[in-house]
Amino acid sequence: MSSIILKNISKRWGSTQALSDINFQCEDGTLLVLLGPSGCGKSTTLRLIAGLETPTSGTIEIGGKDVSNLPPVKRNISMVFQNYALFPHLSVAENIVFGLKARNIPKQEQKKRLKDAAALLGLSTLLERKPAQLSGGQRQRVALGRSIVAQVSVCLMDEPLSNLDAKLRQEMRQEIRSLQQRLKMTMVYVTHDQVEAMTIADKIILMNSGRIEQHGTPEELYNQPATDFTGSFIGNPPMNILIPDETILKAFSSMLSGPDSSPPYRIGIRPENLTISGESGITVQVVATEYLGADTLIACRFGRQDITVALKGKSAARAGDSIRISWKPEHMYLFHTDTGKRLLETKKDPFP
Amino acid sequence: MKQIFKLTYWNHVNGWLLVLPAVFMISLFTHFPIGSSMIHSLFSMETATRPSTFIGLENYAFLMDDDIFWKVLKNNLVYSLCTVPLSISIALGMALLINGKIKGRSLVRMAFFTPTVLPMIAVANIWLFFYTPEYGLFDQIFAFFGGGSHNWLGNPDTALFCLIVMVIWKESGFFMVFYLAALQQMSPELREAGTVEGSGRWYYFRRVTFPLLMPTTLFVTVNAVVNSFKLVDHLVIMTKGGPDNASSLLLYYIYENAFSFWDTSYAATLTVVLVTILAIITIIQFAVVEKRIHYQ
Repeated sequence: MSSIILKNISKRWGSTQALSDINFQCEDGTLLVLLGPSGCGKSTTLRLIAGLETPTSGTIEIGGKDVSNLPPVKRNISMVFQNYALFPHLSVAENIVFGLKARNIPKQEQKKRLKDAAALLGLSTLLERKPAQLSGGQRQRVALGRSIVAQVSVCLMDEPLSNLDAKLRQEMRQEIRSLQQRLKMTMVYVTHDQVEAMTIADKIILMNSGRIEQHGTPEELYNQPATDFTGSFIGNPPMNILIPDETILKAFSSMLSGPDSSPPYRIGIRPENLTISGESGITVQVVATEYLGADTLIACRFGRQDITVALKGKSAARAGDSIRISWKPEHMYLFHTDTGKRLLETKKDPFP
Repeated sequence: MKQIFKLTYWNHVNGWLLVLPAVFMISLFTHFPIGSSMIHSLFSMETATRPSTFIGLENYAFLMDDDIFWKVLKNNLVYSLCTVPLSISIALGMALLINGKIKGRSLVRMAFFTPTVLPMIAVANIWLFFYTPEYGLFDQIFAFFGGGSHNWLGNPDTALFCLIVMVIWKESGFFMVFYLAALQQMSPELREAGTVEGSGRWYYFRRVTFPLLMPTTLFVTVNAVVNSFKLVDHLVIMTKGGPDNASSLLLYYIYENAFSFWDTSYAATLTVVLVTILAIITIIQFAVVEKRIHYQ
C-alpha cells in the first residue's frame, strides 16, 4: 500500500554530484535503513523522499503514486529529525498535535490521537512540559509522537538516535523497531552506525559517494558483501582487506592462485574468522591488544599492512609477540583491486 | 562553621569589588543625574540678580498649566504610537523577506541597512531636500502628476507627519538587523518539520516564528519607545519644533528650555516627567510581555 520506489534518482548542486543513479524499492510495512559514512548521500536521499529537496532527475513513488513534484505535506509522510526539531516554546502536547492543528483535524480527534500516542510512548505525565524540561530520550519520544499522530503509514527518520548516549540509544532503537512493527509502518531510517542498521533493519541500503553500494538484508551484507567497501563497513571490527604478497600466496596456495606474484585482487577476511594456528598461515607482529570481556582484539602488523584479529575470551598474546594466523577458505572474500567488486570464484584461478 | 562564615564573607566582598567599577560608572552617569534633576526641579531658576531658592512643587504646578507642555506631550504620543509599531512591523517584514532565498539578497540587505549607517544630520538634510517646496523630491513627483506645491514642513498639519515618515525610514533598517539575527539563529530543521507537518507560511509564522521572535520584539520595542522620546537632532535641522510647536517633542522642548531659555529648573522638571513616563512604560512592557516570552 505504501511502498516507496525511487527510479533513476540523481541530485546535483552546481558541479557537485550528490546522488547518481539511485534505484530502490522499500516494501510496504518494512524498515529500510540507509547506511553509509557521512557525505555519502543518505540524508539527501531521505530528504528527496520527504520532498524537502527536489531530484535533478528521476521519479519517486509512494504508495504507487508519483510524488516527485508534490510538496511534503501531500506525500503522506511523517519525519523525525536528527535534533528532534521540537518547537521550544510549545508544550509536549502542543508539539505533538502541531501538525493536526495545521491540517484542521477536529479537536476531539486531536485529543484522542494525542492520548493514544502519549500512552504508547509513556509521555502521559509529561504533556504540559516544555521540550527544555525533558531528557534527550523523552524529547526523542515526543518527536516520535508527532509522527505517530499524523497516522500516515510512511515514517522517515534522519539519524534519530545520534544525540543520545549509548545505553539510551540501544533502548530507543528497540522501541522504534517494535513501534514500527506494531503500527506496521513503512520506515526509512538513516544512520551512519552499522550496529544500529544491522539490529533494526529488514533491509539495508549501503551508500558510498552518492551511489548505492549494496542493497540487501543485514545477513546478506554481512555474509555476501558485494564490494570491499561493504566488507569493511559492515561488521565490528571491520573486515581486514589484505593485499596478497608472495608470503600470503605461498602460505595459502591451496586456496589462492593468481597469474603472478601480485594478482589483481585483494583478500577480505573478518577479524572473527582469523585463528591463531600452530604451523600453517602467516606470521604477524602483535602491536596492541584490547580486552573487551567476551572478546579480545589483537592489532597486528604484517609487513606494511594492518590486520585485526578478534578472539573469544582473553588472549595470551602481548604486544611485541609474533603469532601465526590462518583462516579457512570459506571465510575468505576476494575483491577486485580496481573495481572493488567481489569475485565469486575464489578457489580456482579467477582470471583464466 | 567559622571557616564557612569567613569564606562566604570574602565571597561577598569579592563580588562587590568586581561589580564596583560598573556600579560606579552607572551611578555617575545615570543615577546621579536623575537624582540631581529631581532636586534641581524643586528650586527656582537662578539668575544674575536672584540666587536659586527652594520653591517646592511650584515648577510642577507651572507645568500643569503649560499649554506648550501638553501640546508637546500629545505630539510625542502621536509620534510614538505611529513610529513604534510601524517601524517594528516594517523591520520584521524586511527581515523575513531577506532571510529567505531571493536574488540580490546582499544588495537588498545593504539597501535596508543604509539609513541606519548614515549620520543623523545627513539623514535630516536629505529629507529636508525631499520635503522642500517646489523642487523637493515629493513636490517634483506631485508636479509630475499635476499636483501643486506643498510646504510640507511649514504646515502645522503635516510637519509632525513628515518627521514620522522619516524616522520610520531610518529606524526600520536598524531594527531589521536584530530580527535578521534572531531569524538566522532559528534552526532550519524547525521550518522543515513545520513543512512536513503541513503548516503553511502564515500558520508557521503565527505559531512558531513570531513567538520565537518575542524576546527580540521586546528588546526592539523598548528601544523604539525610548528612541521615540529622545529625538532631538532631526528636529534641530528640519523644523526646530515648528511651526507653532506642531512638530516639537518632549526632549526637544527640554533642550529648548535648558539651552535656549536657560530655564534649567523647568528643564529639570520636564526631565523628571520624561524619565517617569519612560520608566512606567518600560516596567509595563517587561511585566506584561516578559511572562509570555519563551527564552531559549
